[in-house]
Amino acid sequence: MAKELDSLLKQPSEWLRGVGPVSDIVMSSRIRLARNLDQFPFATRASSNSQQEVLDLFKGALNKSVALKSPLIFEMDALTEVDRQFLLERHLVSREHIVQPHHKAVAIGSGEVISIMINEEDHLRIQVMQSGLNLEDAWSIVDGLDDELARLLPYAYSADWGYLTCCPTNTGTGMRASVMLHLPSLVLTKQINKVLHTITKLGLTARGFYGEGTEASGNFFQISNQVTMGRAEAELIENIDQILKQVIEHEQMARESLMANNRVQLEDRIWRAFGILKHAKTISSSETLDLLSAVRLGVDLGIMNGLDRKTVNELFMVSQPAHLQKLEGKTLNTRERDVKRAQLMRQRLGGPS
Amino acid sequence: MLCELCKQGQATVHLTEIVNEQMSELHLCETCANQKGAQVETHFGLADLLSGLAGGGKVKEAEEVTGKACPKCGMTYEDFRKVGRLGCATCYLTFKRSLASLLKRIHGSPVHLGKSPIGALKPPQTKSELSDLKRKLERAIEEEAFEEAAQLRDQIRQMEQQERQARQKKA
Repeated sequence: MAKELDSLLKQPSEWLRGVGPVSDIVMSSRIRLARNLDQFPFATRASSNSQQEVLDLFKGALNKSVALKSPLIFEMDALTEVDRQFLLERHLVSREHIVQPHHKAVAIGSGEVISIMINEEDHLRIQVMQSGLNLEDAWSIVDGLDDELARLLPYAYSADWGYLTCCPTNTGTGMRASVMLHLPSLVLTKQINKVLHTITKLGLTARGFYGEGTEASGNFFQISNQVTMGRAEAELIENIDQILKQVIEHEQMARESLMANNRVQLEDRIWRAFGILKHAKTISSSETLDLLSAVRLGVDLGIMNGLDRKTVNELFMVSQPAHLQKLEGKTLNTRERDVKRAQLMRQRLGGPS
Repeated sequence: MLCELCKQGQATVHLTEIVNEQMSELHLCETCANQKGAQVETHFGLADLLSGLAGGGKVKEAEEVTGKACPKCGMTYEDFRKVGRLGCATCYLTFKRSLASLLKRIHGSPVHLGKSPIGALKPPQTKSELSDLKRKLERAIEEEAFEEAAQLRDQIRQMEQQERQARQKKA
């Protein structure tokens, strides 16, 4: 099983491909649906047996799915801690899914576009990722998959309240659509708080790199819908799209303004970041994130020509603790990871060995 | 989610207060928060502490007073208030009244307008789906959710028109 998991290490995730609409600002688009089986208690009240039954039912159904095409299925408690963390870093599972691994599993479709968590807070969390700003395609994939699964297993659903979920904040569509934005210029020009604040007034929420309860790092922000009821899925998506377009425009304007008025300072910042990443002998994960954010801005603005977006995206990914340990093939403590991380950066950016 | 003070604006400021070791949550719109003299900082993350929101703390919900437990999973409304999570699909029926007002507070509307698993099983636009929509429209009007009502009305009109066209084609 670990071998199958290791195969993921060699392929780039869908959301790191660095392509798709506005991929200079939008890293990825993601839609997830929360679904439960009608006849089984939710996680809060489920016995171990009942959870195992749900797990077995879904494993059977997911293996039959045409949309998934023989997914990789991992049971969380059969994985090592590093492997679980590895899946979290690739955004294939949530933090909750790795903290309590019993009776939990994840099914991963080819190219890591689709991932389905079984026995998370809800029996099913179906997630579809797309590179760039592309909620529409993400929706059409997840919608089709959801229909297919609804034909295989009876969902908990009420005509009045829609899909019944463990937490009432998800009831209705059970849909959370989120977009990961890279907004370094809004942070640099100190407009970010104003922008995020406005967003929350319009029914959207802003979160950090790993979703709920995490802080923004590397100038990445995840923006998603807050309510799941009272509007159809397409309308919720349209609403996010409309608001995001304006956020993106603001970031673009801030980039242009920095280029026009503070070009030397901006270039200096970017090249210094590159210089440190290319030469450092030991480097922490948070410093790496900040510096990579600057380098990515340099790539997106055409300041750094020798580097492409996909390479930088991959560096974001592999600089994370579990990825470093998987690459090294053994567990590393914090100090060892900082050395390995610096070594990896030097290697990939053409620095001294 | 609606502001707990004025019940009109969208709650975007979520405060946690600790008084006498009791933690309570307050969900306010910006105007009310400013009036309360609260520091309005950028808000990160959806307030996940439903336990405070479910019931609001002061007024006991109908189902809490009776102490009714869900026949399927045994959860009481008090349990739900503690954990903020429901026990099973039947809980939604058991605590229908309290949940209706809670869902409205969270989402600003208690009506589901999205897709259904029935749609996946049957060809769309059947009679039952239409009557479903009409029932929802009545509910929306009752709840004074006029924005949803207008949407439902348009959906119903469109569906009826499509049915007429389909019949004409057949004829």
